[in-house]
Amino acid sequence: MIELQNVHKSFGPKDVLRGVDLSVGKGRSMVIIGGSGTGKSVTIKCILGLVAPDQGSITVDGAPVAAVKSAKAREAFLARFGMLFQGGALFDSLPVWQNVAFRLLRGQLKRPKAEARDIAIEKLRRVGLGAETADLFPAELSGGMQKRVGLARAIAAEPEIIFFDEPTTGLDPIMAGVINELIREIVVEMGATAVTITHDMTSVRAIADDVAMLHAGKIRWTGPVAEMDAASDPYLTQFITGSAIGPIETLR
Amino acid sequence: MATLLHPLALIGRNTLALLAAIGRVALFLFSTLSHMARPPFYLKELWQAILNVGYFSLPVVGLTAIFTGGALALQIYSGGSRFNAEAVVPQIVAIGMVRELGPVLVGLMIAARVTSSVAAEIATMKVTEQIDALVTLSTHPMKYLTVPRVLAALITVPALVAVGDVIGVMGGFLVATERLGFNAATYLQNTWNFLETLDIVSSLVKGAAFGFIAALMGCYYGMNSGRGAQGVGQATKSSVVAAAVLILAANFLLTQAFFSV
Repeated sequence: MIELQNVHKSFGPKDVLRGVDLSVGKGRSMVIIGGSGTGKSVTIKCILGLVAPDQGSITVDGAPVAAVKSAKAREAFLARFGMLFQGGALFDSLPVWQNVAFRLLRGQLKRPKAEARDIAIEKLRRVGLGAETADLFPAELSGGMQKRVGLARAIAAEPEIIFFDEPTTGLDPIMAGVINELIREIVVEMGATAVTITHDMTSVRAIADDVAMLHAGKIRWTGPVAEMDAASDPYLTQFITGSAIGPIETLR
Repeated sequence: MATLLHPLALIGRNTLALLAAIGRVALFLFSTLSHMARPPFYLKELWQAILNVGYFSLPVVGLTAIFTGGALALQIYSGGSRFNAEAVVPQIVAIGMVRELGPVLVGLMIAARVTSSVAAEIATMKVTEQIDALVTLSTHPMKYLTVPRVLAALITVPALVAVGDVIGVMGGFLVATERLGFNAATYLQNTWNFLETLDIVSSLVKGAAFGFIAALMGCYYGMNSGRGAQGVGQATKSSVVAAAVLILAANFLLTQAFFSV
């Protein structure tokens, strides 16, 4: 269970988050939608502690994130999370399998190299990549394959909570569909809590249990995906339909 | 009045910005040192960095040193001949290479070769969210990226300086014996007899200091890079400029500390 209460964050003069209240139930798949620059990525970074909020509280299973301070506690805290980055964020100095098994090759979850490699290959298979990709370098892969490797890395250590940062951006529609399906399957079979940020409505319908719309640094609307279309919020309606006319300023 | 005060405001702003930058570098330095002292240690990354900073810099260091040593011998010979002091070539080449040119040139070459590549690599990692990815994978970027590179430079640059010193002296030796008619055995004897332990110690200490500065600047500017390709370019440029200037300034201070009379 992830709870955000009245979270504020500014970068210099720019107020990105202006009081975000959000709660993600255990085992649920929450999708945060919103235009570019509305603070979706910052929200996720605040939950992970990559960015410290100026104000407000964030708790994971009742424990405040801000209280996780010592290096050891921080490592244990982060071990519960997996994250798929927008551009993949694969380490290009390491071969694919070492990227996937990164967490298993060092730190508290360290295990023998051969075992880590086996797990990496198994996770690669889970995302539809053959064992032959294991020894390639990230630069040798296509965008879709890099996303898959990123996904394999995110799930390699069996996290309880997984973040997906714009998982389908930059992919062709078919590859986007494949990634959406994979995310849905993996989240269901692992029983993980998932938070996805996206502005791809196909993605939302494919992977969400719940939807939250972020606009101007606040949550405008949140509820189950089934109620999204019937909601009366004009901001949400404009976003879903992709209309140029509505309360959301198009000149950003 | 406002226009009159404008230059003053400019000086004030720049001074404040400079002090802030010094403060940030100092904090980065303390953070690096504190991470250096505490586990986990990434030995594989350290080894990789040692190869990259030390071993692969050997050719450029060797070439720089041999040409400089040769040129130095020619200069001293022609300059010395003005007051019949041609015979001091071995001594001056030795002292010039070991005390000054060896460490400074190796330091500057490391700034060109290592600082730039470290800054560009880390800046690109930052821009492509690889640094954030490291954090989410429970790996501290300072420990995984900065510490191995700084430590590798601290270990290998003195060794490179030693190599540079020897090759530089040999460059002078080759020019002196082949072109200037010096006797080989006497040249080596003169060099060997003239050098003192302090000359060599100062050379190695300078090497360690310059290596530390070069790697630290690369990591600092990489970690604090701005966004996009322009951010990476800016970080790389600033890192090399800062490393080169700091190396030359540190050289003056260290020379002062070792040899001031």
